[in-house]
Amino acid sequence: MLNVTIDGRAISVREGTTILGAARQAGVSIPTLCYLKHVSNIGSCRVCAIEVEGRSELVTACNTPVAEGMVVTTDSERVRSSRKTALELILARHGLDSTNYCFSCVKNGACELQTVCREQGVVESPYYVAQPRKAVLDSNPFLRFDPNLCIACQRCVGACNRAARNHTLHTSKRGVRTAIEAPFGENWRATDCENCGNCAQACPTGAITEKRRASYREWETRKVQTTCPHCAVGCQLNLVVKDNRIVDTEGVAGPSNHSMLCVKGRSASFDFVHSPERLRTPLIKNKQTGEFEEASWDEALHYVASNFTRIKQQVGPDALAAFACSRSTNEDVYMLQKMARCAFGTNNVDNCARV
Amino acid sequence: MTNPIYDVTRNSDVIMLVGTNPEEAHPVFGMQIRAAVERGTKLIVVDPRDIGLAARADIHLKLRPGTNVAFANGMVHILIERGLIDRDFIDRYTEGFDALAAMVASYTPARVAEICRIPEDDLIAAALLYGQADRAPILYCLGVTEHSTGTDGVMSLSNIAMVCGKIGRAGCGVNPIRGQNNVQGACDMGALPTDFTGYQKVENPDVLRKFEQAWGVSLNPKVGTKATECFPKMIEGEIRGLFICGEDPVRTDPDTHHVIKALSSLEFLVVDDLFMTETAKYADVVLPGRSYAEKEGTFSNTERRVQRVRKAVEVSGDTRLDTDIFIDIMNLMGYEQPRLTAAQIMDEIASLTPSFAGISHARLDSAEIAGRGLQWPCTAPDHPGTPILHVGGFARGKGGYSLAEYRPSVELPDDEFPLMLSTGRILYQYNACALTDKTAGLNEIASESFIEINDADAARLGIADGDRVKVSSRRGSIESTARVSGKTNEGETWMPFHFQDGNSNWLTNAALDGVAKAPEYKVCAVSVEKA
Repeated sequence: MLNVTIDGRAISVREGTTILGAARQAGVSIPTLCYLKHVSNIGSCRVCAIEVEGRSELVTACNTPVAEGMVVTTDSERVRSSRKTALELILARHGLDSTNYCFSCVKNGACELQTVCREQGVVESPYYVAQPRKAVLDSNPFLRFDPNLCIACQRCVGACNRAARNHTLHTSKRGVRTAIEAPFGENWRATDCENCGNCAQACPTGAITEKRRASYREWETRKVQTTCPHCAVGCQLNLVVKDNRIVDTEGVAGPSNHSMLCVKGRSASFDFVHSPERLRTPLIKNKQTGEFEEASWDEALHYVASNFTRIKQQVGPDALAAFACSRSTNEDVYMLQKMARCAFGTNNVDNCARV
Repeated sequence: MTNPIYDVTRNSDVIMLVGTNPEEAHPVFGMQIRAAVERGTKLIVVDPRDIGLAARADIHLKLRPGTNVAFANGMVHILIERGLIDRDFIDRYTEGFDALAAMVASYTPARVAEICRIPEDDLIAAALLYGQADRAPILYCLGVTEHSTGTDGVMSLSNIAMVCGKIGRAGCGVNPIRGQNNVQGACDMGALPTDFTGYQKVENPDVLRKFEQAWGVSLNPKVGTKATECFPKMIEGEIRGLFICGEDPVRTDPDTHHVIKALSSLEFLVVDDLFMTETAKYADVVLPGRSYAEKEGTFSNTERRVQRVRKAVEVSGDTRLDTDIFIDIMNLMGYEQPRLTAAQIMDEIASLTPSFAGISHARLDSAEIAGRGLQWPCTAPDHPGTPILHVGGFARGKGGYSLAEYRPSVELPDDEFPLMLSTGRILYQYNACALTDKTAGLNEIASESFIEINDADAARLGIADGDRVKVSSRRGSIESTARVSGKTNEGETWMPFHFQDGNSNWLTNAALDGVAKAPEYKVCAVSVEKA
């Protein structure tokens, strides 16, 4: 364990802990922008820069490990001034006036740049950087990239290369000219992009977004954490709900997915819920016409129960069988097998594990 | 899985994948395997196709479909011969090693290489890499189970881990990557003809008595019929009434003609589903159930981890909770079943299932669990769950070995049907597409049937990449689009089973595994010609 003092609070942390990690343990908040746990800690935005006693320059808290006896100051005049300048420089390149004013941006209310600037009292930039408009890449069915809003924090690069390890999203050029090469342009089909959208989830601004984000505003929604309904990895996700309709998802840090999702979990786990093709009333087949006719639940369930009871009485319980669904919940499956065993009177009950 | 995903991808020196394509079928697991490989974990891929991870593998054994047992026996042969076995583990925790050693004696590298059609040196290299590693998990999926010899395949893989003592500890284990979100749970919950919840056996009189007392009813002591064996019984008239919840066998079961004939033979078919599926069209009654987003509950993932499902929305129309549907039918058929919430149902499960005794919705939602779920066995309300199985020995005493010999697949290519067909999943759709094809973006990316065929076969048959082709087996014929490449070996083809415009299950063979009764989706014989 290492001893460190942060803004006068003394704590012990495990070796390898960053200053940012230690501050969080001590209950001291250091703002960040380009840092994202397990995804990116390149320290390029300088928003987390703080003072360390005995060091002349400010150091980035997100990627500097704690050393024994370190004394850290996160809220001095020098730190506040540096943080403000860092944000003003970022804001100058954010293209606020080019394509998307804050109030019309799809990330309004969910933008981390907006939040950090507001917290630090930065409302405009004194710097001017010429901002030629760059083309928006939006040929991909799910994802779009607006380079005008990109702050080159490279969290998307970390999401694609360090988390999903798909390696289709890169940077080009360096330093202040750093640009993101996102595979969502006209040739998107020719790329190896898996459309997982982990880059969009990582983006702190409206630069990389899921297109469906345009259908809602952050403050109109509520979030419900659940488990993905597709494969058996059991990814944890939030269903984003607006007016009793699921409009989006986001990955949650579950034990098997660590905030990541795949294309199916992120983009195909809710359209079917609201599909116009959903069955919405019980149906009974007319024996004469062979057509289904709408029925009440009372009618349908009595019809079901009387026919199963008739077969059970005439032929025996083992003339009945029930198949459970491996996509439905444990509670559904339990009650179905209980129905087969207690009401049908048979062990002819199985699920689709074999097929 | 015996071990968690985090463990096998963070704590292993070598990962061996057998018949699994996690980048497409379990993508977020695939991402973590890619990360492991990039951090330096070695990778062995045993798969008949050039799956994405094969390109990142240290060794790819591109074996003939249906030869997994020969491969596994060959591995054990080499491990014994090279002295890479763990004598201490074998003596302490297993029995029957000598019989195993005698059985695999004839599986020399040369013989196995010939059966599997792989280079002998690669097989030896794979055995050395796995055997010399301290920590090495085996991960497998339907490429092992969906064979007439599927159970043998699984047991033979277990032999490899057991002789090396690579089970019951971190970064090891024998790990089936389960297919659907809750296929683990569906089995755990007793939707099995032989088992009540938690694999308590119907044939055990004490178990039967326990459930009779709890449920207040006299239960049928005769074990039931497995789903895949129900279909012939429907045709014979032995099974007359069937209730199907959310399953679409017309699209997903092998030999579609046979499935339709069976369903048409029933006196009474009820389907509870979200959509008018191909199977629902054959029903007498269709009941509109609810999706995962409209109910409370739990799923059990491939790590045996029970996690919460929460209600997010209500949809319009006269749908009903599936549990309420079952409860109503029970009462109407004369069994008194009080109406219960999902949380109350889980409490009943916990009261009857030792491995679930410590699991409740309240606990899963608690600060103690903090969203990490609980991995069964979880035997008491203060039990932390069991991340790794078989630590300190096997639950049922000493572990036994499989002595299964290699047996060829039931239907092999011949003059009339000269190519082998295997089937599987792709990234962009899921099973019968019932849920995924409602997302326009996925359909834009992938919505049509295709068949992968080797360059040499295509050249011989005059088929070019992108040509429409007719694919036929003894059971049926479909049209599809050829994708010509070296992804499959010569003489072998592969199709996804998602697409109704050319569904491979008109072709596949309903030959069943002797124990698990899983069909041989992975091997049948076909012919391909220009359409």
